[in-house]
Amino acid sequence: MTAGLDFENWTCPVPLRDTPTVVMGHGGGGAMSAELVEHLFLPAYGPAVQGDSAVVPVGAERIAFSTDSYVVKPMFFPGGSIGDLAVNGTVNDLAMSGATPLYLSVAFILQEGTPLAEIGRIAAAVGAAARAAGVRVVTGDTKVVDNGSGDGVYLNTAGVGLVAAGVDIGAHRAAAGDAVLISGDIGVHGVAVMSVREGLEFDTTVVSDSAPLHGLVAAMLGTGADIHTLRDPTRGGVAASLNEIARAGAVGVELAEPALPIPAAVADACSLLGLDPLQVANEGKLLAFVPSAEADTVLAAMRAHPHGAGARQIGTCVAEHPGMVVARTALGGTRVVNMPIGEQLPRIC
Amino acid sequence: MKYLDEFGNPELAHKLVDEIHAATTRPWAMMEVCGGQTHSIIRHGIDQLLPDGVEMIHGPGCPVCVTPLEIIDKALAIAAQPGVIFCSFGDMLRVPGSSQDLFAVKSAGADVRVVYSPLDALTIARDNPSRPVVFFGIGFETTAPANAMTVYQARRLGVPNFSLLVSHVLVPPAVAAIMESPRCRVQAFLAAGHVCSVMGTGEYPPLAAKYRVPIVVTGFEPLDILEGIRQTIVQLEAGEHEVRNAYPRAVRAEGNPAAMAMLDDVFEVTDRTWRGIGMIPRSGWRLAAKYREFDAEERFDVAGVRAAESPLCRSGEVLQGLLKPHQCEAFGKQCTPRSPLGATMVSSEGACAAYYAYRRLELVQL
Repeated sequence: MTAGLDFENWTCPVPLRDTPTVVMGHGGGGAMSAELVEHLFLPAYGPAVQGDSAVVPVGAERIAFSTDSYVVKPMFFPGGSIGDLAVNGTVNDLAMSGATPLYLSVAFILQEGTPLAEIGRIAAAVGAAARAAGVRVVTGDTKVVDNGSGDGVYLNTAGVGLVAAGVDIGAHRAAAGDAVLISGDIGVHGVAVMSVREGLEFDTTVVSDSAPLHGLVAAMLGTGADIHTLRDPTRGGVAASLNEIARAGAVGVELAEPALPIPAAVADACSLLGLDPLQVANEGKLLAFVPSAEADTVLAAMRAHPHGAGARQIGTCVAEHPGMVVARTALGGTRVVNMPIGEQLPRIC
Repeated sequence: MKYLDEFGNPELAHKLVDEIHAATTRPWAMMEVCGGQTHSIIRHGIDQLLPDGVEMIHGPGCPVCVTPLEIIDKALAIAAQPGVIFCSFGDMLRVPGSSQDLFAVKSAGADVRVVYSPLDALTIARDNPSRPVVFFGIGFETTAPANAMTVYQARRLGVPNFSLLVSHVLVPPAVAAIMESPRCRVQAFLAAGHVCSVMGTGEYPPLAAKYRVPIVVTGFEPLDILEGIRQTIVQLEAGEHEVRNAYPRAVRAEGNPAAMAMLDDVFEVTDRTWRGIGMIPRSGWRLAAKYREFDAEERFDVAGVRAAESPLCRSGEVLQGLLKPHQCEAFGKQCTPRSPLGATMVSSEGACAAYYAYRRLELVQL
């Protein structure tokens, strides 16, 4: 029956090189996003600081400066909305530099035909989130695009904050011997949003973890510990953040898979959808690299804060395999935890 | 799900590993047929726990990987037509056709939608009666019943704007083709548990007898796979070649009669080309004559689409267990999940993707 089969000359398709147009994966927070920044934006801008926010000197002070745009669909989801995401996202990007967030701008890009009541609900969420975070919205902008040119409401926020003297936090400081900490459960926000996405609806008890984290960071800094690196693992999840840190710091990361705090509801949803919880977005969690001698002190401070109650160590920073994140599995094997490529692709079966 | 977690229990797993070590006296090479099993083996590091010389050969059971290039090119051509809503499982969007993938067609303006069930595509068709809605129906015997049900419902409910681009493949003919290969090294099979939960185990005793290979129906969680391996080794060491069921919680010998009746009604057996492997006679399903009006290949003018593959990628050898992914010269160089040469690098169930995702550490250290 195999007479017609060619066993010696297997053939395959021509390679697909980079696409000439933007595809969804360019916004996924993984390798494609990183390549777009590295190969298209940075050459045009010249040297720029990379990270969740830039720390720049202004007079005698150092400020952290960050911007982020929000296109989440649907705009309202269990535990939050595009409005509080837009505030907390930028507040957290500032906090990951150790800054105290102070002022935000908020820009709305509205599609013609969107109900004003919806804009009102989003604006109310922006205001409430800003008050809760203790930051002020001091400037803004509104644009309207033709029906069909947008998708309801897009938001952009930018923010500035002050960085205290002596604080130096960034991926460049990650060092072998650091303990890798997480402030709580993984994958919650992404699963909450997916559960209400059109065509994908499923019942879950999971609600978004969207929260401002600068209070938690202040509590951690208050211990006097030398915090090396902070990152909020949003798009691309813990996998993308740890890979970015490993590359920027030229260090390896070794995760203990059984230590990962993945709630059963998140694990179940990911298992059914064929997704890796490590690649699912979080909006109220942070990763911290701290010297292992100070890990217990920092963990105690985190656990005493409402946004860090579930804090724990999930791994260590190592000198081996620089640039690579490796997980030790429950069975005692090892696997590489990859940088996500583009968008997460649900599996066929 | 707690029930499922227990099939990953490390203590029980190590007990099974010990039993496998105790039972093994010499090298054996066995093939896990299903890509889901390959993924689980690599994901959990199960092959790292096996005795030296016990080799897992990764089989052709990734539905995305073996879907022929020509069908993918037809999918791209159909998806690009104005007005068409093209629905697919997510995995298929990055599989390269001759010159582009569904992501690229989508970015050029095509309406390409990821769905989790073909029945969702039927709902989309009923909600958009003026637009042609096509579902990309690929896969093994596991995905086929839902596709069959969708076509059955489309006819019953009268949804004339729905059609199926179908390229189903069947496991037993592939097992026979692998054993007929002159370079075959496979001494036993872990059969794909979920295929057997649909089709039962009746097709396997003739294969086990003809090729004198043990065939053990195996599940997907770590304990399932270890138990499948254990039962296989015990048979190999005893010189037996029986069909055994190590996945009884999901598989009955008679399969799922309702699903099989639906498949029998909607599909008919046809010759099928497997990407990277070649044509295997009577190894696929197409729509039966009475459902042919729902065949996207009939409805859209794609008969002229012909595809040719380039010689760089060796995924065919990988799919047949003749080559480990990292032994391919292009692995990790010209060929990565970001820029895949072959479908085995694209699908999360593909062997090359599993190696790239989980095994680069030791490959880098080689």
